[in-house]
Amino acid sequence: MTTTTQATAVTGAVGTAHTRVEGRDKVTGAARYAGEIPFAELAHGWLVLSTIARGRIRSVEADPVLAMPGVLAVLHHQNAPRVTTDYMSITGTPDPTLAILQHDRVPYAGWPVALVVAETSEQAREAAEALVIEYDEEPHDVAFFAGRPDVYTPADSVVPTDEVKGDMEAELAASAVVVDVEYTTPEEYHSPLEPHAATAHWDGGRLDVVDSNQSTMWVAGELAQLFSLDPASVRVRSEHVGGGFGSKGVRPHQVAAVMAATVLQRPVRMVLTRRQMFSLVGYRSPTAQRIRLGADSDGRLRALDHHAQALTSTVHEFLEPSAYVGRVLYDADAHRTTHRLVRLDVPTPTFMRAPGAASGSFALESALDELAEKCGVDPIALRARNEPEVGPLSGLPFSSRNLLACFEDGARRFGWADRDPRPGLRREGRWLLGTGTAAATHAAGVGPSTAAVTAQADGTFDVRINATDIGTGARTALVLVAAEALRAEPGRVRVHIGDSDLGPAMFAGGSMGTRSWAWAVMLAARELRERLALGGAIPPEGITSRSDTSEAVGALAQQERHAFGAHFAEVAVDVTSGEVRVRRMLGVFAAGRIVNPLTARGQFIGGMIWGLSMALHEEAFRDSASGTHVGADFAGYHFAANADVPLIEAHWVDDPDPDDPVGIKGIGEVGIVGAAAAIANAVWHATGVRHRHLPIRPDRVLSANSAGGSSA
Amino acid sequence: MREFGYQRVLDVSGAVALLDADPDARFLGGGTNLVDLMKTGVERPARLVDVRELPLDRIESTRDGGLRIGATVTNSDLAAHPEVRRHYPALTQAVLAGASGQLRNMATVGGNLLQRTRCGYFTDVTKPCNKRVPGSGCPAIEGEHHNHAILGASDHCVATHPSDMAVALTAFDTVVAYETADGPGELPLADFYLPVGDTPHLETALPPGALITGVTLPPAPTAANSRYRKVRERASYAFAIGSIAAALDVEDGLVRDVRLAFGAVASRPWRARAAERALTGGPATADAFAAAADAELAAARPLPHNAYKVTLMRNLVVAVLTELAEEASR
Repeated sequence: MTTTTQATAVTGAVGTAHTRVEGRDKVTGAARYAGEIPFAELAHGWLVLSTIARGRIRSVEADPVLAMPGVLAVLHHQNAPRVTTDYMSITGTPDPTLAILQHDRVPYAGWPVALVVAETSEQAREAAEALVIEYDEEPHDVAFFAGRPDVYTPADSVVPTDEVKGDMEAELAASAVVVDVEYTTPEEYHSPLEPHAATAHWDGGRLDVVDSNQSTMWVAGELAQLFSLDPASVRVRSEHVGGGFGSKGVRPHQVAAVMAATVLQRPVRMVLTRRQMFSLVGYRSPTAQRIRLGADSDGRLRALDHHAQALTSTVHEFLEPSAYVGRVLYDADAHRTTHRLVRLDVPTPTFMRAPGAASGSFALESALDELAEKCGVDPIALRARNEPEVGPLSGLPFSSRNLLACFEDGARRFGWADRDPRPGLRREGRWLLGTGTAAATHAAGVGPSTAAVTAQADGTFDVRINATDIGTGARTALVLVAAEALRAEPGRVRVHIGDSDLGPAMFAGGSMGTRSWAWAVMLAARELRERLALGGAIPPEGITSRSDTSEAVGALAQQERHAFGAHFAEVAVDVTSGEVRVRRMLGVFAAGRIVNPLTARGQFIGGMIWGLSMALHEEAFRDSASGTHVGADFAGYHFAANADVPLIEAHWVDDPDPDDPVGIKGIGEVGIVGAAAAIANAVWHATGVRHRHLPIRPDRVLSANSAGGSSA
Repeated sequence: MREFGYQRVLDVSGAVALLDADPDARFLGGGTNLVDLMKTGVERPARLVDVRELPLDRIESTRDGGLRIGATVTNSDLAAHPEVRRHYPALTQAVLAGASGQLRNMATVGGNLLQRTRCGYFTDVTKPCNKRVPGSGCPAIEGEHHNHAILGASDHCVATHPSDMAVALTAFDTVVAYETADGPGELPLADFYLPVGDTPHLETALPPGALITGVTLPPAPTAANSRYRKVRERASYAFAIGSIAAALDVEDGLVRDVRLAFGAVASRPWRARAAERALTGGPATADAFAAAADAELAAARPLPHNAYKVTLMRNLVVAVLTELAEEASR
């Protein structure tokens, strides 16, 4: 039930719906994933993870395990190859978790303490589970809660930690209406369907790693650094990836595979289990957010104060930048967005689909709804009233900003005009019904990339770019982009990706992949077309044009570049059982040029469904006594099942930017931003109760409504 | 996963003889729970005795008008059977509320009764658990227990029984038939699951090595007006946080017969006999339903994070009995 709008088909390529070029291979099983590719003489590794949350390893009883069938090696901090983390990666200083088996300290539960390698995966697992490790345990602290006294101000990272303008207290005092509320979000996990898997082997003096990741360049570069290798002697391939969402960068399993392959001088494969992924590949930090909004009686914002607290590990700093989203969405006379962190004995959180924006938009877009209620202003009118002309803090112009167009189109499609704003009035049997809305935004960044496009003598084309298709449809999108630039049929274009030997290119992340790669492909293809236009025969080796967007990307004018969107949701709530069911979701997005409407819809509604899960289901529980997870698998960690997913529509509005050479904004993340708030706002509209703590579980609905309170 | 032996058996006496000779063996039905537990190391049987091919796959009417259901009948076949749908609709609804279509096609009636708790401490061998390792402790009491027991638990274990099917069977006075090397036996489902006490690792009253051969539902005219309602944290593919199987017969506004069983509140399906007693012969009104629920739930001993279940179960009793009363008066 999706209507695709604004298809800008000129060549039958960009803007028209195409199934994935590798789709047939994937559904027939012909496409091999990293854990499936056969190797001769393959050995299998299994990581042993700490069961204590803090302390030291006293002993590793390796001998009995070495005597078990098929066991080839037991590596631990006393015998593992040395690695160095004294370098800068593309995300800054590396997480020391990568330096596995280097010392006896255990900084959190699930820290790798040993690596068992055996002839078969089953033997390795059996031995790993039999391995006895003695610890000297120390007291741990894993309790995350609002207002911890030991929070600190982290360093500026992807975004500045604090941004402040105006006199906050004065504007709040002058405000006719003030909203001052706290929200929390729990630990959330990306855990893509395909577990992390890597096979490492030495091939004629080169380290060859077959992996599942979001950037072979990133992984190859860090493996070279970690093992002090010449970068040219490391090759990483990642042809098919069953989901990444921020979790598939450099992770301990790749390091383990290289260590074991080096020690044994034979190919070694590591495949993580679902439970191991809960401690080894990152997650979204829980957040505690306080928002203060001050407004005139008509809803014009005088004050916007968003303070976000998150956690990080004791070994590495990662900030979930939840307060960032307000720097783009709304202006106010006094505008303050601040972040604080607390160090706990837990694994380091990481980038997870729309870092900061997903968690922060839940709080900010819920608070806007609370302000709309207090002011008696329609939530969409409230947002229109606070639409900034320029970047609220930067003062820079927006490259394009079509948020209101999204709301207008969405309101019309959803039937918003007929909505009675009063809560708790609509009943259908045991269900109370309500609707809600929220805004979405995500940065439209770009990174430098190189590409090569070759015209073959048979009239076909080969595009070579070190992109990664993590399931988004990027490979197909690049076929379409190249076909358009070459003015060729998409069927004549082959795209080769996922190989560090292809040269430098942007990673698949931050909604930047397709935008960055398409730019490089476009430049090389255009130049090739001009060369071909000169005529002449194509030699057997073909004619190749190359591009490097480093300069062009650097020359891009300083502007506020973002995608925008508007979410609408209808929910049904049974306050006697606590059940919340989403009946409809509708999202309208302004995200630049849409390359492939088919896969774009998948990206948008995938994000929206994740927002639904975030609103109602997702939550990992950490046992404070042991510092470990409880139920860290898909039996315990719930996300939406098919039966939870309602009628979902995704649409997009025209969002041109004539000054942007590529016009693509990236759509991987904007779909989740604001989706949870739209559902929470709809739950309020249904029941009259505000839910400020995610997920909105049945017990929370029951407790709130039986207590007769107005908030929970 | 450890290596294990596997043997398929074709007759009941052969099956029980194998287990009699090898206490480390386990019967394998659909494997929908046991195989998962083997993968995580919770179960480490030396041998699996596959009972799927035993001639226990039939559902037959008994002479007195009840139903006898073979132990290897799949959950799908049980839910779809016309006699079950007509005479015990709550049983069909309960089975269909559980798991997924794929799992129900594999899972058997006998296996469903014997499935283990999904408590996150029980299913993780790196954690203490009195049910898995007697005497190791119960971290759920101080830890994560928002979906744990409020009735009949002890200081040793607060886990719940996960079955939906067993809740409906409990409401209808089902009797479990089994076979051992010494011959056949029977256990009312009410006595089938043991109280938790200080032995949570002992879950059923089945003799060692016994094979469940079937269950018998006695005739219950009231069951024709029955319902199963399951509340869970998502719309499908999740265990209950509270469920209820209820049957109601009303005459002239008075309760003539009522059956009530709760799921996800105790280590076993919880027959709500106090509520039944409070209701029988009295008015079929929402107030009476609420008072009956309160009578049953007076015994509840909730933990800090599962007290909502008391409210939930009270609301479910009122909602489901009210629906059944309306249907009975139609």
